[in-house]
Amino acid sequence: MNWPEIVIGGLLLGGLYALFASGLSLLFGTMGVINLAHGDLAVVAGYLVIVLVPFLGASTAYAPGATATLLAFALVIPIFFVVGYVGQRTLIQSSLDRGPMTTLLVSFGLAVVIENALLVNFSADSHSLDLGSFVYSSIRLSDGVSVGWLGVAIFLTAVVVLVGLQLLLSYTALGRQIRAVADDREAAQLVGSDYRHVFGIAGALAMATVAIAGLAFGTYSSFGPASGPAWLLFAFEAVVIGGLGSLWGTLLGGIVLGLAQSFGAAVDPSLGVLSGHLVFLAVLAFRPQGFLPARATA
Amino acid sequence: MTATFGRILAGMRIASRLPRPTSPGSGAVRVTRSRLSARWSRLFAVAVVAVMAYMPYATDPGTTAVLINFLILLTMAAMWNLLAGYAGLISVGQQAFVGLGAYTVLVLAQNGLSPFAAIPLAAIVCGVLALPISWLVFRLRGGYFAIATWVVADVLELVISRVPQLGGGTGAALPGLFDIDPAWITAYTYWAALLVAVAALGMMYLVLRSRVGLALTAIRDNEVGASSVGVRVGRTKRIVYTLSAAGTGAAGALVAVSQLNVQAASVFNVHWSAYMIFVVIIGGFGSIEGAILGAIVFFSLQQALSQYGAWYLIVLGTIAIVIALWQPRGLWGAISGRLHFSFFNTGYWLWPRTDAGEPEATPADAGGTGAAFAAESK
Repeated sequence: MNWPEIVIGGLLLGGLYALFASGLSLLFGTMGVINLAHGDLAVVAGYLVIVLVPFLGASTAYAPGATATLLAFALVIPIFFVVGYVGQRTLIQSSLDRGPMTTLLVSFGLAVVIENALLVNFSADSHSLDLGSFVYSSIRLSDGVSVGWLGVAIFLTAVVVLVGLQLLLSYTALGRQIRAVADDREAAQLVGSDYRHVFGIAGALAMATVAIAGLAFGTYSSFGPASGPAWLLFAFEAVVIGGLGSLWGTLLGGIVLGLAQSFGAAVDPSLGVLSGHLVFLAVLAFRPQGFLPARATA
Repeated sequence: MTATFGRILAGMRIASRLPRPTSPGSGAVRVTRSRLSARWSRLFAVAVVAVMAYMPYATDPGTTAVLINFLILLTMAAMWNLLAGYAGLISVGQQAFVGLGAYTVLVLAQNGLSPFAAIPLAAIVCGVLALPISWLVFRLRGGYFAIATWVVADVLELVISRVPQLGGGTGAALPGLFDIDPAWITAYTYWAALLVAVAALGMMYLVLRSRVGLALTAIRDNEVGASSVGVRVGRTKRIVYTLSAAGTGAAGALVAVSQLNVQAASVFNVHWSAYMIFVVIIGGFGSIEGAILGAIVFFSLQQALSQYGAWYLIVLGTIAIVIALWQPRGLWGAISGRLHFSFFNTGYWLWPRTDAGEPEATPADAGGTGAAFAAESK
């Protein structure tokens, strides 16, 4: 067994899970709700790229697959941002008005509808996003130990997104508004911040991270209409292992989950997902607050 | 919220007087379980069950097989409604118990027991296994609880599909029924499914009329308030989770018997939870009638749309979203809200006393639902 590669692979995979979990965490932290369609929306981002690439490839005549894919990425993320805002102000806000239970159920209904709509339109075939030779290129660290550029790029993206979110929440006026609304909706409303708009922004940011994570997943592994639930479970496990409500905890949780899956898969390729689940259940049993729970003031 | 809480306190006081609800000491109101005579709804229920029990003689095995699926769906939905509509526990992992029930039947049948005799044992096994599972998943709340139940179901699927004796990932045929005429297997399975559905609904009815039911209503309306007046919240939720798991396990056992084959990817599929959730959203949260009405509507739509493949889940999911947003009490909630009527009387009705001590024709309640403390009240 190639231990260094397993550890590095697990670490990099953890970045991907943390990236994916950050959107889940952001929505829960702001509105106290869980979006069960999180994974399926990420799958939609992947399919959107698949739909866009032929158009972009044709319009930029000379562009090879990878360029068109990157162009599509640049389009999909802002599209998700806008859809996130609009969806939050309409569908999610009206279910929030009914209570957290309704929001949970509406998002579950949405997950089932999305999954089956993808199945009807794109069949059950699996796809992956084409980034050309970049996907296969790797850095050789020493004899027998090499690391794929793709994994490194995804991990760096995850760190940039997490740091960006943390800075946004800590130091900007918008971040202060989001935190204020999360703490006390009515009080924030009284001092002049429209909580519906702030929720909309949080929803838009969460959807943008969903798109980034979905695209990262789509280049890292193949996906099909039914991939969403598994992605949702990984993101959720990263959040709980790390500790609810803390972005750095989420990164740590993602890495723990990534390492667990990587070690499990090294023993037997079919054991990867299961060993991740088992580590999650062990954390739930023995350290239910997670490794880095949010402080009361965070 | 506060008003509802006040009603709970009133309800608790009423409950403590239940043995003598019409005694002179109970003040200006008379308390009854039902508005209509309970005798009529019981008679109606017995008639419906009798007609349903006769169905295998009146129809062909194909129709009977369809009715089996309906009864399984009804049982599962009622058990999910007990969990979510009363204990406020939204689970998207009830397929864990569908699968455990199915595999319990498989294991027992492989060891020579009749699959039909294994159905009640599957319910017991699921109820027992629900205890350690609840210990894990109850550590999380709300949406996180929901996803944790899903993880548990996923773990069970992954573990069981690694056991070669259980057919691994490809599944195993259910032994023990090959020497019976297929038409009779269908009929026996149908009666077993009817028995399970009646037992599950009956269990739900009795639980909701017991102290546990009263505690549940209090918890659902205000958990902190309920625990401050002495309701043991954790214990009550655990009881409900266990009972719901047992009922769902019996339904899962029926899935194994009706398909004569058990495959992990199929019995542990999240679609089971989707069915339960959609039925309850459509029919109505927090009522036994809601699960029945929802199962009838869902099943009719499923049959009508079956030729369109995955489209039926798109249509049913959209309907469920629309109903959750605009008619959150579901179809039965809309009906019973207008007609002040219920078949299964799990709440209480308060009647004002006139001087003669006779109740007036309309029950006294500011809310207009007729029930001062009905389990259906939100």
